[in-house]
Amino acid sequence: MCAMRPEPVHEGWKAVLSGEEIRRALSRIAHEILERTHGGEGIVLLGIPTRGVYLARRLSQRIGEFEGTPASVGSLDVTMHRDDLRLRPARALQRTQVPPDGVDGKTVVLVDDVLFSGRTIRAALDALNDLGRPRTVQLAVLVDRGHRELPIRADYVGKNLPTAQRERVRVLLEEIDGQDCVLLGERDQ
Amino acid sequence: MNRHLISAADLSRDDVLLILDTAAELASVGRPIRKLPTLRGLTVVNLFYEDSTRTRTSFEAAAKRLSADVINFSAKGSSVAKGESLKDTALTLEAMGADAIVIRHPASGAPLRLTNWVSGKVVNAGDGTHEHPTQALLDAFTIRQRLGALDGTRVTIVGDVLHSRVARSNVLLLATLGAEVTLVAPPTLMPYAVEAWPCKASYDFDTELRKSDVVMMLRVQQERMSAAYFPTVREYRRRYGLDAGRMALLPEHAIVMHPGPMNRGVEIAAEVADSDRSTIVQQVANGVTVRMAVLYLMLGGATEEAA
Repeated sequence: MCAMRPEPVHEGWKAVLSGEEIRRALSRIAHEILERTHGGEGIVLLGIPTRGVYLARRLSQRIGEFEGTPASVGSLDVTMHRDDLRLRPARALQRTQVPPDGVDGKTVVLVDDVLFSGRTIRAALDALNDLGRPRTVQLAVLVDRGHRELPIRADYVGKNLPTAQRERVRVLLEEIDGQDCVLLGERDQ
Repeated sequence: MNRHLISAADLSRDDVLLILDTAAELASVGRPIRKLPTLRGLTVVNLFYEDSTRTRTSFEAAAKRLSADVINFSAKGSSVAKGESLKDTALTLEAMGADAIVIRHPASGAPLRLTNWVSGKVVNAGDGTHEHPTQALLDAFTIRQRLGALDGTRVTIVGDVLHSRVARSNVLLLATLGAEVTLVAPPTLMPYAVEAWPCKASYDFDTELRKSDVVMMLRVQQERMSAAYFPTVREYRRRYGLDAGRMALLPEHAIVMHPGPMNRGVEIAAEVADSDRSTIVQQVANGVTVRMAVLYLMLGGATEEAA
């Protein structure tokens, strides 16, 4: 959708994924999830707020289109488990919503928009631990931009995006930003 | 949010909504979360110069569920009994590394004085007849849970308003949230200059009842009454007590609140306290959640010096 919007909105930002490319990446990830989990039996997609939640819903819907039944989907707020809480003023909490039959014995796929340092995912693993004991935990991200600070790797990646540490990646989604695209820009703009 | 929580008036509408929303998220996590690691390594001191079960245990539970270390310090059987001043006690606790001090004190203004002496955060858990902000927050949270919203909600606070810090904090907080508050009390227990408060005042309980969404009954505080404010308990009960007959005057959806501890048979009849409309037990449960939200928002983030 980016191409259809007037440029000034993203001044200084370079579009690296268009709406169409995001759509295709999510379809591919949905197929990969089905393949890796042998038809998606017992999977729960947990999105990490804010944008991960919408991506998880889209993936669930996509899986529904391919297999007939949408995958269970929820959200997982990791704020209380972050290791960088004391570096910033206290943040508002986001919604944690787990499907009614929980995560015990399930294949949980964590869904986030950008994978960067890996600290959010570490916090998510801790938060998940408080909710139950999944059989396996996997990770799906729309963009992997590198610069990991922890030994964490995504199972499903929409796009590997080589970036410099100082650059910023923004994911815009129709549901909250009014359009779909991924932007790359310099910090402090 | 301010550095300390001394008065409900310190909180802006946005602050209050942030606290209530945070509490709502904490409460919504479907299954009981055993413990959150958020305040690990921080120390919360409960400094209580007055008897309290509900508030102290509630703060203790809240701090512990966020993994903070809790030190309980009650004046009875401590160095205070030997004549130590509040300042010296505070400095002692400070030296032990208290990141937050939750204080209850019989003197109005003690928590504010404390903020001058310690570098940690101070939370007022009730000071004399002044304020009890976390009680007001949990009451607001309970009203929102039961009735949906606070804007335009008609809240009637009944009883010993003169001695009630709960009433003061509630009037301020509920006014911030846009509720319409009416105080009902015998003339002897109505504070001076109540006209200056952001609420109405009335002496006629039955008329107010008919148009209330929330009735908040206050405890008759025998321990703070140095003079005869009303002739007999029986007369008080007849004019300002909430019994089943009076409860029937309330609109269908209205709820009955009481901050506890109750004097059953004085300001509230047992059958009212145990009815479906009563939120008394819910208020206690919400107390822990709301205090978790307060402690998280005060201690969880970076300590910004310029607030």
